[in-house]
Amino acid sequence: MIGFILKRLLQAVFVVIAVSLIVAVAIRMTGDPAHMISQGATGITEADLARIREGLGLNEPFIIQYLNSLKGLVTWSFGNSFVGGTPVNLLISKALPATLLLAFTSLLASIIISIPLGITSAVSKGRWSDQLIRISSLIGLSFPNFWLATMLVLLFGVTLKWLPPSGMSGIESFIMPTLTMGVILTATNVRLVRTTMLETLNSQYVMVARAKGLSENAVLYKHALRNCAIPLITYFGLQFGGLLGGIVVIERVFNWPGMGTLAFDAVSARDYPVLQAVIMILSLMIVLVNLIVDIAYGLIDPRIRKE
Amino acid sequence: MASILNSSSLRRFMSLEFILGAVLLVVIVGAVVFSGWLFVDPSKISLSARLVPPLQNPAHLLGTDALGRDILARVANGGWISLQVGVISVVGSVVFGVGMGLVAGYYRGIWDVIVMRFADVQLALPFILLAITFVAILGGSLTNTIILLIVSQWVQYARLVRASVLSLREREFVLSAKAIGVADRHIILRHLLPNLLGPVIVLITLNVANNILLESSLTFLGLGVDPTIPSWGGMLAEGRTYLQTAWWISVVPGMAILLTVLGLNLIGDWLRDALDPAGRTNR
Repeated sequence: MIGFILKRLLQAVFVVIAVSLIVAVAIRMTGDPAHMISQGATGITEADLARIREGLGLNEPFIIQYLNSLKGLVTWSFGNSFVGGTPVNLLISKALPATLLLAFTSLLASIIISIPLGITSAVSKGRWSDQLIRISSLIGLSFPNFWLATMLVLLFGVTLKWLPPSGMSGIESFIMPTLTMGVILTATNVRLVRTTMLETLNSQYVMVARAKGLSENAVLYKHALRNCAIPLITYFGLQFGGLLGGIVVIERVFNWPGMGTLAFDAVSARDYPVLQAVIMILSLMIVLVNLIVDIAYGLIDPRIRKE
Repeated sequence: MASILNSSSLRRFMSLEFILGAVLLVVIVGAVVFSGWLFVDPSKISLSARLVPPLQNPAHLLGTDALGRDILARVANGGWISLQVGVISVVGSVVFGVGMGLVAGYYRGIWDVIVMRFADVQLALPFILLAITFVAILGGSLTNTIILLIVSQWVQYARLVRASVLSLREREFVLSAKAIGVADRHIILRHLLPNLLGPVIVLITLNVANNILLESSLTFLGLGVDPTIPSWGGMLAEGRTYLQTAWWISVVPGMAILLTVLGLNLIGDWLRDALDPAGRTNR
């Protein structure tokens, strides 16, 4: 088991290093930040530029700068924003909870909806309710997330005026973003629940539970669902990356003060310290979630460790 | 191809999924391809007919935008971008990904390590974040969007092909071909590749759908195709400004994306059943 954890840990470290290297190289290729900072100012001399570079640590060799950025990830310090000079970690500590909270509510909503729907679909396989659930999940999968978000704003925000059309302010502002991500996640998850459930329903212990005369609900929710839980948790964990990517996009529609909004503002202002921090932190989150899921899976199911 | 068209698949051929998907795709692709003949000039500005709602003016069936341009014509014309991006990016990913997957699965060793580690990195870096970084450097354009999609999607094909090859290379027909001294190139092209076609075709269909979604969200965010060219994502971005007053600008292009992607997903789903008789019981 220790060997398995070490191996997964090593893979995770490799991924973090690779991602941060890609981001660091990419951002370096964008040009000299000293020119960007001094843009618009008059009478900038070469000496001023050199001083700005030194202030940003840009006169160090690339490898030192890169190691510094890795160190920043551990010590949670990412320098200052080019715009206004705010420490980047202050911006992150406001934006990250907003994004993660939304990820959590979306995942929760989709799990609550997709488990009963997926089970219904599996139990009534081939009948009309199964067909209906399958077709609706295909439609849900086909929605562009940002357009679904726009349509919800149009319906509930603009026309009916039931919900605040944008921003994060209280519980009701969570409803539309959660619904947007929830619909799209549920579309995938219903199919996952259905497939794993169909496999489980064919197994002998379900037959035994039925033969004992347990009620159908007890068979489905106590015996079958519990055995589906392990593969389902893995799938839900693997979705985390896509979920964060989706949230980054719809934050734009809802003016949600999260990591996506931070990243887009950073792109248009060429605020590279912020951009680099956002991308590295989100990737780190995804790697960590996958690592935890992997290790948990290995702990529960010994067969995985031998792979 | 004989196995694809066996009798039970033929019976499924006329399933609801297939008919619905095929009708959607034929209508949409037809409208896009013949948009030049079917509809008016998509960039013709007419300030006397600004923000006309749908179904009110027979000359503008789906209404007009803030500059009086016909929405139907713009949607049909804008579909070019989506179809182009969807098809070209997938062709690129297939060529590169299937090639890498075959090499990784058949020869193992260093190629295998490279492909699998790439897959790990790709899983941790969502496309949209990768896109933000690269668009910040290179700027957004049609070509850059396609390159980005290929860079981020080829790994899926490589992983799928690698996994299939790993099990296929232990099968009798490959082992006996090897035993009688058939060249590797011949084994890969003649024995492995035909057996991979089914799952790769399914992935292609779903991938075209997904890439159309990704391109439209990039363009919507201002990171994709040039906003002056009509495209579905670009029209949706314009529509945001008029959400309060002219809902149709945002509704029509979104419906176009939804129906195109739905058509592809229906066909992909149907293909998955039709090409994989073994998996049918579980789906």
